[in-house]
Amino acid sequence: MRYSLAALLKNALSGNAHWTPVWREPEPKPAYDTIIIGGGGHGLATAYYLAKEHGITDVAVLEKSYIGSGNVGRNTTIIRSNYLLPGNTPFYEWSLKLWEGLEQDLNYNAMVSQRGVLNLFHSDGQRDAFARRGNAMRLNGVDAELLNREQVQRLQPLLDVDNARFPIKGGLLQRRGGTVRHDAVAWGYARAADQRGVDIIQNCEVTGLRIESGKVVAVETTRGTIKARRVGIAVAGSSSRLAAMAGMRLPIESHVLQAFVSEGIKPLIDQVVTFGAAHFYISQSDKGGLVFGGDIDGYNSYAQRGSLPVVEDVMSCSLALFPSLSRVRYLRQWGGIMDMSMDGSPIIDRTPIGGLFLNAGWCYGGFKATPASGWCFAHTIATGTPHQLNAAYRLDRFATGHLIDESGHGAVPNLH
Amino acid sequence: MRLPCPYCGPRGSDEFVYLGSADPVRPASHDAPTEAWTDYIFLRDNPFGANRELWHHTYGCRAWLIVTRDTRTHEVLGAETARTATAPPTQVAAQ
Repeated sequence: MRYSLAALLKNALSGNAHWTPVWREPEPKPAYDTIIIGGGGHGLATAYYLAKEHGITDVAVLEKSYIGSGNVGRNTTIIRSNYLLPGNTPFYEWSLKLWEGLEQDLNYNAMVSQRGVLNLFHSDGQRDAFARRGNAMRLNGVDAELLNREQVQRLQPLLDVDNARFPIKGGLLQRRGGTVRHDAVAWGYARAADQRGVDIIQNCEVTGLRIESGKVVAVETTRGTIKARRVGIAVAGSSSRLAAMAGMRLPIESHVLQAFVSEGIKPLIDQVVTFGAAHFYISQSDKGGLVFGGDIDGYNSYAQRGSLPVVEDVMSCSLALFPSLSRVRYLRQWGGIMDMSMDGSPIIDRTPIGGLFLNAGWCYGGFKATPASGWCFAHTIATGTPHQLNAAYRLDRFATGHLIDESGHGAVPNLH
Repeated sequence: MRLPCPYCGPRGSDEFVYLGSADPVRPASHDAPTEAWTDYIFLRDNPFGANRELWHHTYGCRAWLIVTRDTRTHEVLGAETARTATAPPTQVAAQ
C-alpha cells in the first residue's frame, strides 16, 4: 500500500480497519542468492539498495531479535557530514544527500529535520582546527560556516558563553545536518525492501557460517540452515562474534555507549549542539525531550547497559553548556554496543573468504551513515568490488598503514 | 561497577583506568614480520564472555591489576595484581 494523503483520508473514513502490515513475516526459504546478517539500519538499507539499484531481490535479511531492537533504535538520531579526511568526506556527504531524498524514495515519513549541527569551540587553537575542517568540507562541496561568539549566541541564547573554564569562542555550523527519527528509518527501509521482494526474517539468530573450499555456502541459524551464494555481515556491536565464525579476528572492540532522554519541555534547543571541551552532544526531539549522550564507558562490553560514572560525566557536561537545564529531569537512559574500530573509521569490504562481505566498525557514528553504508555495501556485494565512495574503508588498511584516523590518535578503541 | 582491588578492597570503577586485554603478546623484536605487529597493535579477540583485562588503580594504590570480567554481564570473576599474576601480562612490561 502506497502512503499518501488520499490513502490517509480513505482509511480514516473507513475506520482505519484496512491498513495492511508494513512488511510480511515470511518463513525462511532453504536458499537465497544473498543473505544479509543483521536487520538493523545498515542491513535493511543494504537489502533495499540491492533490490533497487542492482535488481537483486532473492535476498533475506536475518535479524536475531526484532527490527529496531539494536543500535538503529538506540542512537541519538544525528545526521551530519562534517568530516576532515578525503576517505570520509565524500562518503558522508553522499549519505546526507540520500537522507535529503529518503522519505520520497521510501514513501515513508522519517521526520528528516535539517535543523543544523553546531560544533562549539573554546580556544584559539580549536578555532583554527575547526576552520581547517570547515575549509576541507567546503572544498568537498559540503556546507560549513564558521560562527563567532555573537552568531552562536543568537542561535543558542541559553548557552553559557562566559563559562569560566571553557568560554565559548564560536562554532562550526553545518546547516544541512540535523536529526531523523531513527525507528522510522528502520521501518521505512524494512517496508521498502519488503515491497521489492526481500524477505525480512526476525527472531532468526545466525549461529554459524558454513564455508567450503574457501567460499561461504550457507549460514546456520536458530531456524535452520539457509544456503546462500553471497553473505553480507552488518551486525555492528557483534561483528567480532560473526567474524570468529569465519575464523577472522577484527581490529574492533565492543564497547557500551549510553544515551539519555529528558522529560518533554517547550522548544529550547533548535540545533544539534556539541561541546568542544568534552564529549557531549544534545538536541531536542519533536516530542520535546532533550536527547543527549557523551563518551563510551570505556571497557569491553556486550551488556547493553552502562554504569554511573558516565551518567555523572554527561550530566555535568550538559550543565557546563546549558546551566538552565539543572532542574530538567531525565526520563530514560539506555546503552548500545558499539563496534569501536582501531582508527575510528568503518570497514565496508570483501573478506578473504569467497562470497563473504563485511560491514563493521562504525564506532558511534553509524546512524548518520545508514543510507550510504547500505548503498555502498549493496554495490560491493552486487559487483564484487568496492565503490569509489567506500574504497578507503578496506579491511586490510590496518596492515598496509592506510588508516583513516580523523583525530590522529593512533590505535585506540575510543575514536569516532 | 565495582572492582575488587587486592590491596584496597572493592572500589568504584571510576577510580580505575582501563587499558584493554592483558593477553596480546608484543613481538620480541622490531624486525618481526608486519603481520605480527598488525596483529599485536590492531587485532582483538574481543571475547563474548570472560575477558582477562588490565586496569590501573589510578585513584587508589596505583597498582596494575588483571581483572577477569564477563563482558556479557560485567560480573567480575577474579582480580590479581599484574606483578604477581600467574600468567603475566605483556602490555605492562611494554609500557
